[in-house]
Amino acid sequence: MAATIQVDNLEIVGRRGKGTELPIVCNVSFSVQRGEMLALIGESGSGKTTVALSLLGHIRKGCRIAGGTIRVAGYDVTALTSHECRSIRGRVISYVAQNAGSAFNPALSIMRQVVEPALVHRTLPRRDLEARAVSLFRALALPDPETIGERYPGELSGGQLQRLMAAMALMTDPEVVVFDEPTTALDVTTQIEVLSAFKAVFAERGITGVYVTHDLSVVAQIADHAVVLKDGAIREAGTVSKILFKPEDPYSQALLAAAEPRSRQADLARQPEQRSLLDVRNLVVGYGQRTAAGLPEKVVVNHVSFSVPKGRMLGVIGESGCGKSTLARAISGLQPWAAGELLLNGEPLTGNVRERTPDQRRHLQLVAQNADSVLNPSKPIGQTLARVVRFYGGLRGAAATRRVNELLDMVRLSPSLASRLPSELSGGQKQRINFARALAADPQIVLCDEITAALDTVVAAAILDLMKELQRDLGLSFIFITHDLHALQSICDLIAVLYAGQAVEVGPAMALGKGVHHPYTRLLHDSVPLMEPGWLESTRIRRADETMPATLLNSLSLDPELCCFLARCPDRVSGLCDRVPPPVRSVPAGPRVLCHLPAPICSEFLT
Amino acid sequence: MIAMIEKFRSRHDRALLLIVFWLLLALFGPLCSSHDPGAIGSQSVFSAPSVAHLLGTDYLGRDTLARLLNGIRHTVLLCFASTLVSCSVGTFLGIAAVTARPWVEALTGRLADGFLSIPSLLFALLVIAVFGTSTTALIVTMGVIYTPGAYRTSRALAQRIARLDFVTVARARGESTPYIILQEILPNMAGPMITDVGLRFIYSVLLLSNLSFLGIGVQPPKVDLGSMVRENMLGMAYGSPAMIVPVVVIGILTVGINLALDSSSGRR
Repeated sequence: MAATIQVDNLEIVGRRGKGTELPIVCNVSFSVQRGEMLALIGESGSGKTTVALSLLGHIRKGCRIAGGTIRVAGYDVTALTSHECRSIRGRVISYVAQNAGSAFNPALSIMRQVVEPALVHRTLPRRDLEARAVSLFRALALPDPETIGERYPGELSGGQLQRLMAAMALMTDPEVVVFDEPTTALDVTTQIEVLSAFKAVFAERGITGVYVTHDLSVVAQIADHAVVLKDGAIREAGTVSKILFKPEDPYSQALLAAAEPRSRQADLARQPEQRSLLDVRNLVVGYGQRTAAGLPEKVVVNHVSFSVPKGRMLGVIGESGCGKSTLARAISGLQPWAAGELLLNGEPLTGNVRERTPDQRRHLQLVAQNADSVLNPSKPIGQTLARVVRFYGGLRGAAATRRVNELLDMVRLSPSLASRLPSELSGGQKQRINFARALAADPQIVLCDEITAALDTVVAAAILDLMKELQRDLGLSFIFITHDLHALQSICDLIAVLYAGQAVEVGPAMALGKGVHHPYTRLLHDSVPLMEPGWLESTRIRRADETMPATLLNSLSLDPELCCFLARCPDRVSGLCDRVPPPVRSVPAGPRVLCHLPAPICSEFLT
Repeated sequence: MIAMIEKFRSRHDRALLLIVFWLLLALFGPLCSSHDPGAIGSQSVFSAPSVAHLLGTDYLGRDTLARLLNGIRHTVLLCFASTLVSCSVGTFLGIAAVTARPWVEALTGRLADGFLSIPSLLFALLVIAVFGTSTTALIVTMGVIYTPGAYRTSRALAQRIARLDFVTVARARGESTPYIILQEILPNMAGPMITDVGLRFIYSVLLLSNLSFLGIGVQPPKVDLGSMVRENMLGMAYGSPAMIVPVVVIGILTVGINLALDSSSGRR
């Protein structure tokens, strides 16, 4: 039988402005049999999305297919007119985009949007479609499948929207589904739910698909075959187990090496205990009017305490919305806090950066998140760095230029880049400049907010290496805010786990994965996908075995004094956890945990 | 610096060149005609184009070309000045709304809403009825009318830029507000603001022509495109260039700049 998807010698060229045409995709061939899932793996700019979209007959403006054929379910996509393309899109082949949050129209109810593609193709009357949608919602393990369709996108979480978008794509029973990084924007704990819902539906309905991703451990869970793309060309193709365990191409090997969790830890245990550099004590940050108790109406960071010793790196981890970024803003003096203290070298810092002394500002530097917006696009990077050098150090002219070159060298960039504009740099280079700008102040502690989140795996690994080097060579302290447990484990000395604004656990990074932990830390640890096929199933089974909460608690009706993780906790004890606020428990040589009964991580969790 | 000019030029060259052309025409155009725009040079009114009068004569027998060149001068310079007023005040307030305390935004926002709700022609009629017509009054009135629009545009742009990480980092560094405005925010909103300036210019050309056509804009002996159309209304019956040419020039001026702006923003 012929393959469901057959792509032969696909060539796509594109031009920018009036320039000459450049190849974007060259000589790509692959095929997918019915019921199989093919992963397209590559970094940003490798052409993986371009290839995936070309299956739907969609080519970005300014690009065109220069050669080759694409056959999807018997249609020759390259030969279709735009009218014919419209008739197969959504019916024969459908698409699940990366960011479900922005893919739904916020003004229409979910059900109207989910049945829309099927209505356009007039496959079934609306009533039947709605019944079908409900069964899909159930299959995708969405809560309240009967009524979720009446809700609006703003009322649902990112993971739920992503599953709803898959439901929308599956409404017409398409032959082929294209998934474009559907879980990249999700937290690990959500990602695992979405992945297992996807996988169950794939198995049940025998879906043929193409799954675009850069995350190799996701590939291990979801795909049968994989294609590694680089610069628009196939570097390696084969079964998933071959690509993941016996890669032949040097590029696939590099990708794997970067994804492999590896320790960059120096042996700090033998070094003497350093004095504390930055102390956060019972910090409360929030928005809105003050209540009678003097606390803000909406508390985002709730009595968080930790300290960062000199020359050490503290990792702050938590899911989106847990208050990580607000904490960073408060520490850097951009967001005043309602209660608590912040001490730098024992001196209290104020919540307004304008009221801090120049030295305090210099010693605490912020490296912001988004590589694309951290640099002023209208200034050459040399000027950006020179400004900081002049602002803090008072250097001008030749001395400033020398210092700028020194800084560029420190972040392993060539001094010739100084005259470039940020738009002429790659994401990794921008992030290095971002670092250099913080280093220009000659700081003692650097606050890094999700700096590797938007970078490709290989580039992110290089940035982590750079951080570790700077820590070692300059004796810098870091606060590294992230949602990536692997990155955190590989470079941090200490970690703080944030959940709903509370630091549920603060402790040494070495202890992570063994000994006693907060249930949320365990959940987090457990949800990071491993690069082994079958991990998803075994984790699901283990989760199902765990005593799930008998009744779902409404987290809003709970007393704010009680444990913030109560509604999701698998280990909660009724009569204790829902009555008494959790105490802070310290484990010898382990973390400080905010829980009644911190249970040890079972050893089999760690395999 | 050269790189910046290059970048600027490549983005906005057409619109900018066109505006420069009209400004040059406004400044030096009247020198090109030997006729006195106010002098009655011919016995025949609404005469057809001839060698002596390239565009014929108007309703009093004055040379149409000389009056046209003079009219372009008034229209373009007046509108240029009022656009300068509206856009600089609007941009200043827009950035202030974003960077200053929240009450500044509340106040300027409500004021702008208030002004926007008054029809511009009515507002101009009212102001001129109270203060009388003079060049200054016209410039200020039109400047005030188009300030809220420029304020809206610049506030939206500045708001987006002020939220970007590089501004956050500059604030965390402890940079002063003027530095952040001049070095971090303004250079990055220049492109869209230029487009906005062009649009405000077109609006003011149309408004000024309207006012002059109604007889409350530029007053004789001065002349602008709108008042030329009004004076020579009778010439419509004779197909006189004295009435048709100013209308065509208003069209070319506004549609031309609009098209140039469209093409430059489309290419970005």
